[in-house]
Amino acid sequence: MSAPASGSRTGCQITVVPDGPALVRGADVVYDDQGVAHEAERPVVAVCLCGLSQRLPWCDATHKVAGGRPSKT
Amino acid sequence: MKLPRPRGKLSEALVADLTGGRALDHAGDPDGPDDLHLSLWMLYELHYRGFEDVDDRREWDPRLLAVRAELETSFEDGLREDVGEVLAAADEAEDLVSQLAAIASHEGEASVSQFLHRRATAAQYREFLIERSLYHLKESDPHAWAVPRLDGAAKVALAELQYDEFGGGRPDRLHSALFARALEEAGLDASYGAYVDRVSWHTLAVNNAMSLFGLHRRFRGSAMGHLAAFEMTSPLACRRYLQGAQRLEMGAAVEHYFDEHIEADAVHEEIAARTICGSLAETEPELVDDILFGAAACVHLDEVVARHAIDAWTAGGSVLLGGDTSEVA
Ligand code: FES
Ligand SMILES: [Fe+2]
Ligand SMILES: [Fe+2]
Repeated sequence: MSAPASGSRTGCQITVVPDGPALVRGADVVYDDQGVAHEAERPVVAVCLCGLSQRLPWCDATHKVAGGRPSKT
Repeated sequence: MKLPRPRGKLSEALVADLTGGRALDHAGDPDGPDDLHLSLWMLYELHYRGFEDVDDRREWDPRLLAVRAELETSFEDGLREDVGEVLAAADEAEDLVSQLAAIASHEGEASVSQFLHRRATAAQYREFLIERSLYHLKESDPHAWAVPRLDGAAKVALAELQYDEFGGGRPDRLHSALFARALEEAGLDASYGAYVDRVSWHTLAVNNAMSLFGLHRRFRGSAMGHLAAFEMTSPLACRRYLQGAQRLEMGAAVEHYFDEHIEADAVHEEIAARTICGSLAETEPELVDDILFGAAACVHLDEVVARHAIDAWTAGGSVLLGGDTSEVA
């Protein structure tokens, strides 16, 4: 993976992981599909894109069990 | 922290030397893995928090460093032999991230997280917390040694990951502090190194591997491969640790520690595998084998600990040295 683009902007940055979540840097709030606001409490959050997470909108690595990459028990 | 109780002639001679007694000039043949790993652990701890009963200047005593080098050679040689099976899991994978994922998903015969999820008693859960305390009270410290040895995107990504491990700007969120609160809530001693005398070589080896990789620049790839495997195996295991803690009503702080790590490590695993290891492999392609070795060492030693714990628990015994958990709780 190549380095994040450098520059003077301090805005939000989103990186989509193949077969995985979207890594979101610099977000304050993520709105889920019901319009509910979830505060981003860490510098980088992983937003679930597979829809299978048990703690939506955040990724909990369930995508790995669900046919993506195999899981470690 | 005070020096631990010796477990053989080497650790006995080392304790004597560290407390001003007769000088130890070489490691010789340790009395088995407990003697070896405890001695190595003491020598490494001089670089972390040290010991109340040891002069801080001994950290860079060339004689002790020579003894440490002897022990490291035998540890490294053994590890290289033992990781073969786990490493082979990466054979079919095409790129580095898939290789790391294949290693991280290697299944050992025994799973601590499955056992804690469904079967463990509260006493066994406390034993697990005790074993883990050796690392989690200095969580992420061993990987921090790699920071000045990296550059560019890999360095930036490691700093980003560790900023989260180290509390994201809030001391009360330091992951080691979250674990200390979990220990206290489980009725355990949360002071650093409190349980070293109770922990067998299996867990000491897990800790020693991280220090070995962290303290040697030549192992910077392995340190980051180790980190990636550690994070990649964490979220799904933490979900089971959390469910086990809920089942056994271990308390809110115990639940919070594992709850936090489900989400945190789902982020960290991507940063560690793709950005840290990926960038490192791009800028220093000769490090790929070291990265995979570090990842395999992490998974292999985890399996060693798991086998030991599950054997002890299913036989109705204790995983701790000195047995009986009632006195530690
Ligand atoms: S993307 Fe990870 S759980 Fe959905
Ligand atoms: Fe952590
Ligand atoms: Fe982590």
